[in-house]
Amino acid sequence: MPIIKGITKKKLLGLIILSPTIVALGIFVYIFIGWTTRVSFSNWNSFTALLKGEYKFVGFSNYLKLFSDPRFQTDLWNTLYFTIFFIGGCLTIGIILALLIDRGLKGSRIFQNIFLFPMAVSFVVTGTVWSWIFAPGNFPKNPQGLNLLLGLFGLESLQWKWYTSTFSIFNFNVALIPVIIAAIWQLSGYTMAMYLAGLRGIPEQLIEAAKVDGATDWQVLWKVKLPMLRPITLSAMIILGHMSLKIFALVYSMTGSGPNNVTDVPAIYMFESTFRSNKYATGSAIAIIMLIMVAVIMIPYLYYALRREVTR
Amino acid sequence: MKKLLVLSVFLLAGLMVLSASGKLEIFSWWTAGGEEDALFALYDVFHENYPDVEIINATVAGGAGTNAKAVLKTRMLGGNPPDSFQVHAGAELNDTYVVTGLMEPITPFLKEWGIMDKFPKDVLDICSYEGEVYSVPVNIHRGNVMFYSKEIIEDVGIETIPTTWPEFIDALKKIEDAGYIPLSLGDKNKWTATHLFESVLLGLLGPYQYNGLWDGRVSFENEGVKKALEVFKELMNYVNEDHSALAWQDATRLLYEKQAAFNVMGDWAEGYLKTLGWKPEENFGWMALPSTRGSFMIVSDTFGLPKNAPNRSNAIRWLKVISSVEGQDAFNPIKGSIPARIDANPELYDVYLRWSMEDFKTNALCPSIAHGSAAPEAFATALNDIINRFIATGNVDEAWNSIIEAAEENL
Repeated sequence: MPIIKGITKKKLLGLIILSPTIVALGIFVYIFIGWTTRVSFSNWNSFTALLKGEYKFVGFSNYLKLFSDPRFQTDLWNTLYFTIFFIGGCLTIGIILALLIDRGLKGSRIFQNIFLFPMAVSFVVTGTVWSWIFAPGNFPKNPQGLNLLLGLFGLESLQWKWYTSTFSIFNFNVALIPVIIAAIWQLSGYTMAMYLAGLRGIPEQLIEAAKVDGATDWQVLWKVKLPMLRPITLSAMIILGHMSLKIFALVYSMTGSGPNNVTDVPAIYMFESTFRSNKYATGSAIAIIMLIMVAVIMIPYLYYALRREVTR
Repeated sequence: MKKLLVLSVFLLAGLMVLSASGKLEIFSWWTAGGEEDALFALYDVFHENYPDVEIINATVAGGAGTNAKAVLKTRMLGGNPPDSFQVHAGAELNDTYVVTGLMEPITPFLKEWGIMDKFPKDVLDICSYEGEVYSVPVNIHRGNVMFYSKEIIEDVGIETIPTTWPEFIDALKKIEDAGYIPLSLGDKNKWTATHLFESVLLGLLGPYQYNGLWDGRVSFENEGVKKALEVFKELMNYVNEDHSALAWQDATRLLYEKQAAFNVMGDWAEGYLKTLGWKPEENFGWMALPSTRGSFMIVSDTFGLPKNAPNRSNAIRWLKVISSVEGQDAFNPIKGSIPARIDANPELYDVYLRWSMEDFKTNALCPSIAHGSAAPEAFATALNDIINRFIATGNVDEAWNSIIEAAEENL
């Protein structure tokens, strides 16, 4: 029975139940995104300008300035390389661990929990601990952390500057490697859990059928399991990808910006411009650029996922 | 039973109302060992005078207050100021909060308490904007000091402590040859490198020209700025390899661990060395940075009175306590800084601090960039970035140009 034309009672009830969420989302997410966008086009680059609140539209000048800023350019390169290696590493280690656990060897449940555990640790803790591990010390005389360990085993030649190195190749700052390792350590267990769920969802018959047809274990893996896991890989890439594009706490607590910004990321620059330099417009512009980067990978995924649900 | 419940609810509500009338929220970033103890000593003095006021100790951890400042800004912007907050004297307060009209001038109170002449005029000038004082300095730290390990200096055979840059560089070479780190630095948080640079800059420009940078008398195109960059670059050859992995404490600790000879840091490092168990003059010595003798780079923590402070009258009482001799002498010996008042009791302070008090009375006073007194935070942050980059590239002209640009944009 339609109350207003086209709206049934059931639909109306749904709308009423959902409305607090819609309102809250609308205000705290979308209106704030809109506000940030507005600030990013303004001249609010000092505390005084912000408090006076006299809005002066300056077009894209905050954005143009950012893209010609060497620090921001470094940030974008760092984000790119960090994302690639971080996602690649997590997926590789995640699937290997999942396959090992899935074989159901004795004690695999314990290892499953051990591998998953780092995810329960906060990024700040991970960052602090790994910054001690990779602190180079003044090697070879007074090495620290990993360098100390290498020295004990007589591997002095492997001692390295780790995250204090300013060396870079194809704009890849090698100082990022320790940070990437720490990030992979934290999230490969999570990726494993996702793959494990995926593996357990593969119907037994498929694998049996392949085996009956004479497929080796290796062929079963490549021709049956991995193709079946493709949606999981996609989801994992999206989840890890949006984390790496927004990464802040891990880098901030582990290395900070590093010498010559070798481990700097946009989020740190955003924080410093907004809350240290009082450059609110610049900070907002960085926020919007980060949002666009995340949106570029999120929107196609959401579109794909939603459409799949509809066709179901 | 029900009655009892109702009664207790009423009692509880009554208690809450009572205590709300006597609160005082003090915002600071003093959370580390000695700092926190010093703050609590101040609270004790306050409680002796006003036993009924409950102090809310609002602190946000983080060296040089970098995190606390972000929290404070959000609170001030949102119209939710603490009753009084820690802020570095000078631009950090004026440029951010005074110009924007968020602070109340406190000159009338200082006059009422008769203490306008108890602080050096230069210090009150730094705390002032357009003739009105906006904050009370509790302490004075010195920025341009260098601490050294007596053991290493003797070991290497340096008899007189160098007072000029060429002599100092010679000494650094000697120390390096002996296998020690000549100069320890920990610039993971960037500002420590700026701290070193500003001290070098002060030495090469001299106090008169250095202070002129901030009132427009002197331009950053002055050759002295370039020379300072060159000296700084030379110094970087003598610092520990892992400087960008360390915080200032780690760098100071290298002296204690007998790895490094010299460390340039504000004299909070002296307090840190003492907590490690070292004794001034016995284990470590100090000096003003080469060619900065006669200049005193001040880093001063102050407290002001925000407009719309929820407990304004308690906030004024707080300002009175911290500006008293009693308050300053309770706080500073523990904090490892000297009182901003000139009539404090020197007996309470250790040998280093007495030396510093003597210099404070006679030297030219200069505001620090790294610690927010000299220039707006936007300039200090930009300079942090420039120096951070300069350490990696070593390109003097590029850094000089960037500094000039940053000054044009932010000063």
